[in-house]
Amino acid sequence: MWLYGKYIAILFKSQMQYRTSFILLAVGQFLIPFSVFAGLYFMFDRFGQIKGWDFQEVALCFSIIHMAFALSECFARGFDGFSSLVANGDFDRVLVRPQSTVLQVLGSKFEFSRVGRLLQSIIVLVWAISQLSVEWSILKLLVLLFMIISGVFIFTGIFMLAAAMCFWTIQGLEIANIFTDGGKEMAQYPLDIYKKWVTRFFTFIIPFGCVNYLPLLYLLDKTSGNDLPYMLAPLAGIVFIIPCLLVWRFGVRHYRSTGS
Amino acid sequence: MRAYISVFKLRLVNGLQYRTAALAGIATQFFWGFIIIMVFEAFYSGAAAPPPISLKQLITYVWLQQALLAFVMLWFRDNELFQLITTGNIAYELCRPSGIYGLWYAKLLAQRLASALLRSMPILAVAFCLPEPYRMPLPSDLISFLLFIVALLLGLLMVVSLSMLMYISVFVTLSPAGSLLMFGVFGEFLAGMVIPVPLMPQWLQNIVYILPFRWSADFPFRVYSGHIPKEEALIGIGIQLIWLLVLVGVGRIAMASALRKIVVQGG
Repeated sequence: MWLYGKYIAILFKSQMQYRTSFILLAVGQFLIPFSVFAGLYFMFDRFGQIKGWDFQEVALCFSIIHMAFALSECFARGFDGFSSLVANGDFDRVLVRPQSTVLQVLGSKFEFSRVGRLLQSIIVLVWAISQLSVEWSILKLLVLLFMIISGVFIFTGIFMLAAAMCFWTIQGLEIANIFTDGGKEMAQYPLDIYKKWVTRFFTFIIPFGCVNYLPLLYLLDKTSGNDLPYMLAPLAGIVFIIPCLLVWRFGVRHYRSTGS
Repeated sequence: MRAYISVFKLRLVNGLQYRTAALAGIATQFFWGFIIIMVFEAFYSGAAAPPPISLKQLITYVWLQQALLAFVMLWFRDNELFQLITTGNIAYELCRPSGIYGLWYAKLLAQRLASALLRSMPILAVAFCLPEPYRMPLPSDLISFLLFIVALLLGLLMVVSLSMLMYISVFVTLSPAGSLLMFGVFGEFLAGMVIPVPLMPQWLQNIVYILPFRWSADFPFRVYSGHIPKEEALIGIGIQLIWLLVLVGVGRIAMASALRKIVVQGG
């Protein structure tokens, strides 16, 4: 953990060398989800609601998933650019060091300009919370926190799976975008607006539904019956990382250097 | 002219090499298309008043958008050109006997065409065969289809001229990332890539109709589905032509003045 902090500090200093470029990038990163959010606003402006969800509720959903995405893009970026590490043969160096491969790859890259994205989602989150007429309790805030953490774990898990694919294919697989960018895009609305198969896939295979839809029902007092399963749903997202880690470890053992 | 055509051909063949990447791209865009249509469907199912564009027309809009992303996306960046500018290797380009504006234009155009040729056909082929309500409808009639093709190609030329302006701006800023990102984000929103133009509020539509961005995506897509009637489409094509002339003219002037000012340092 200490080493991880050290990695962050070094990369932060190096990115701060180009300050103007950093600020411009951060502003740009702020604007990307902002334009999506503006689109969302205009849609609600015209239609009023989507399958019984109103704008503030969807905004809460949106901010949680975008915050989780920004955080994992910030911290797990090393896995995203992993294919070049394998293609160059640089991964050999990682293997000979006496530290876990996961930690080293995580520490190989940080994208601090994602702060812009993060800021945007924080603003939306605060706004949505202030607008909703929900009684907030400590328990609810805790569930909210876990929803974000759960999302971070899912995105990181997908990044990791995509990176592990490089052990077999050398090249990165663009297809993982479906589950990262696509998953983010899809999970910004409550999952029950989609067709059954989409909802099922993203609840039981990749548990995005456990990040926002199910606990969201609890937060907004829309549950019927026992609250407990809804409150515990975010845990599924955290558990999702385990198979991903296993695949990763299997991949590392399978790894043969490209020799370059 | 020959030089431009050979640069164009070279890039086209080069672009057609990346088939696996294209396949992955197709799968991604397909998924996106589905998700977006489902969201619109959900919005439409609860609409109190009939929206200004029918769901069927909207589905056409979405599939065309996904299939022709390479034609309409503003920030389809060519890092090679940025590197030329920022590293000073542009000096070599300047030694060439053909005009740099035309060469780059041909290069960017070919990249987009190659990418679109690879991706659009499979996406559209599948979209035409999907079960209802996701199926992409045929064009309303032959004439509007022909108008669509003309509008689409003019739109493509407009996108390339717009992105040329972006590359030229790098001569001044030297750092492509930030300004490009902002230009891309606003441009795409105003082109109707985030939400279709007819669904925007009136005041925003007024802004959109003044700016050039919508002519590349929104306009041809709506011509295809018949949302824009034929007479209006003809007028639109005229406006596209005027915009194109203006953008290329401005680009050429800006390029010339940027080139006069640059100092290539040795190395």
